[in-house]
Amino acid sequence: MKLTLSRWQLHALEIAFWLTLAACFFIFPDRLYLLTQILIAALFAISLDIALGYAGILTLGHAVFFGLGAYAAGLLAKAGWAEPLSGLVLAFLLCGLIAYVLSVLVVNATELTQLMVTIAVGAIFAEVANQATSITGGSDGLQGISMWPIFGMFSFDLWGKTAFIYAFVVVLLCFLLVRRLLQSPFGLALKGIHGNRKRMHALGSPVSRRLRFAYAVSAALAGVAGALLAQTTEFVGLDTLSIDRSAMVLIILVLGGTGRLYGGIIGAIVYMVVHDVFADLSPEYWMFWLGLFLMAIVMIGSGGILGGLSRFVRTDRT
Amino acid sequence: MGIVVFDGLAFGALLFLISVGLSVTMGLMNFVNLAHGAFAMAGGYAAAVLMNDYGAPFPVGLAAGFLAGAVTGGVMEFFFIRRLYRSHPLDQVLFTIGLVFASIATVTFFFGPTMQRFVMPSYLDGNVALFGTDVSRYRLFLIVVGVIVVGGLLLGLNRTRFGAMIRASVDNQRVAQGSGINVDRLFLLTFTFGCGLAGFGGALSLGMLTLNPIFPLKYMVYFLMVVCVGGAGTITGPFLAALLVGVGDVAGKYYIPESGGFLIYLLMLGLLLARPRGLVVKQGAH
Repeated sequence: MKLTLSRWQLHALEIAFWLTLAACFFIFPDRLYLLTQILIAALFAISLDIALGYAGILTLGHAVFFGLGAYAAGLLAKAGWAEPLSGLVLAFLLCGLIAYVLSVLVVNATELTQLMVTIAVGAIFAEVANQATSITGGSDGLQGISMWPIFGMFSFDLWGKTAFIYAFVVVLLCFLLVRRLLQSPFGLALKGIHGNRKRMHALGSPVSRRLRFAYAVSAALAGVAGALLAQTTEFVGLDTLSIDRSAMVLIILVLGGTGRLYGGIIGAIVYMVVHDVFADLSPEYWMFWLGLFLMAIVMIGSGGILGGLSRFVRTDRT
Repeated sequence: MGIVVFDGLAFGALLFLISVGLSVTMGLMNFVNLAHGAFAMAGGYAAAVLMNDYGAPFPVGLAAGFLAGAVTGGVMEFFFIRRLYRSHPLDQVLFTIGLVFASIATVTFFFGPTMQRFVMPSYLDGNVALFGTDVSRYRLFLIVVGVIVVGGLLLGLNRTRFGAMIRASVDNQRVAQGSGINVDRLFLLTFTFGCGLAGFGGALSLGMLTLNPIFPLKYMVYFLMVVCVGGAGTITGPFLAALLVGVGDVAGKYYIPESGGFLIYLLMLGLLLARPRGLVVKQGAH
């Protein structure tokens, strides 16, 4: 028996979901750091979903943009302009621009080449950041970032209250932006390209241009996520750029379900909470179970948590 | 100059030995296999443990490496990977990343996180004079083995019935199946053999690469690079690419050490841009 949800009920569910997320501020006041990390990971995963889930670009180098955003925001603050919102804007524009340039290499390649190009670009950026110690601090990372209060009124506190609210509002706004974008004709064209690229060509859709734009938007949002991390933790490390983080965000997204918007958020919540519990016990066990879990998810082929759920719930929206 | 080229060729030969199996799985079976290094690691550990704890001679270690790679590869193929040949590349990426994680954790659990030690057998230790320069015997050995394996594989693929069956199955699986070739079994054998070569390469690499549990992740990009740049599904492509990558990497590290590893990625990007299908394009590729 399938549970049927109407459009109105879906909206109610969405609002309830975000309210619950917000309510965590009061329910877990001592876990605000973790909650902020979850929000940032969710935004990062949503950004990857645009490229991977909607545009169908196979990438194992998305952390490049996350890291670039983080370093951009961090360096701006260290350079003497520590206003948070302009840091986000800078990360957004910079990552979008760089990704648009790089997208020439990525968009029209076959899947294997796509994978290799994204890995190579990631490795190059990581190595450059590692070598340019005078700018990035090398393996010590970028330390001593201190942000100005948001709007000059709300300063970041020791307990991470401001950080959580700040991240929550930014992630929610980005999410709404992405949803609007994907429901627009542009989003529908992306779905079409993912479904059947040749047919979209035949229809006269500018396939490459659309994909390049999608890749740029995706990267820009990943940059915002990275900037949020830099500003809320007041630190940027080399790991923000690493292939490990690219793999992690891919896992988060697939765990939640690709091409579903909420997949990234659900994946981030489950992954970060489980990681928080298991990694304390032993890092090796955590890796073992994560690996096993990944293999299982592919074998069972459930399409992630939301994919599994969607077998039981029918919605009016298609 | 000469020594840089020589060391680069030795590194390249080693890369080729480990990666050529990957060329088969990725190119012939269209399986995006990021876990190839895990099979090489299995071979490396089998050899290291046999030689360190049981005093086995080096050739026995190499044979054990081949066997360990082949067995783990064959088992994985039989139970899991054969179900994924037709899946989306994303599924293959995820599965093999999962396999890498699980193998890192398993190896750490049994052998600890530290590097495996390796004592060079006396007949490979030291240098010999060659073309007026002193070159390491071990590296010379790597190059010789690499050349022998290339020759053997080319002969095997082009001159034997088994090779003909593989080429037929790759070009058109359905027709091959229809003409009486057991494609499932053929792919199992090919995958097993490819992983065996990886294990053999892993055992050979003990004197050159560091063998610890993060081996599959650390060198993954190198193996993928060799296959992608060379042209997946061919033997000569990865051989050329491995030599290029080996010489490029060693030259970069000798001459401009501050550039770290990234020259090699620039080289790869350039080559991929110039020849997106690889240096040598598989015959019959469409």
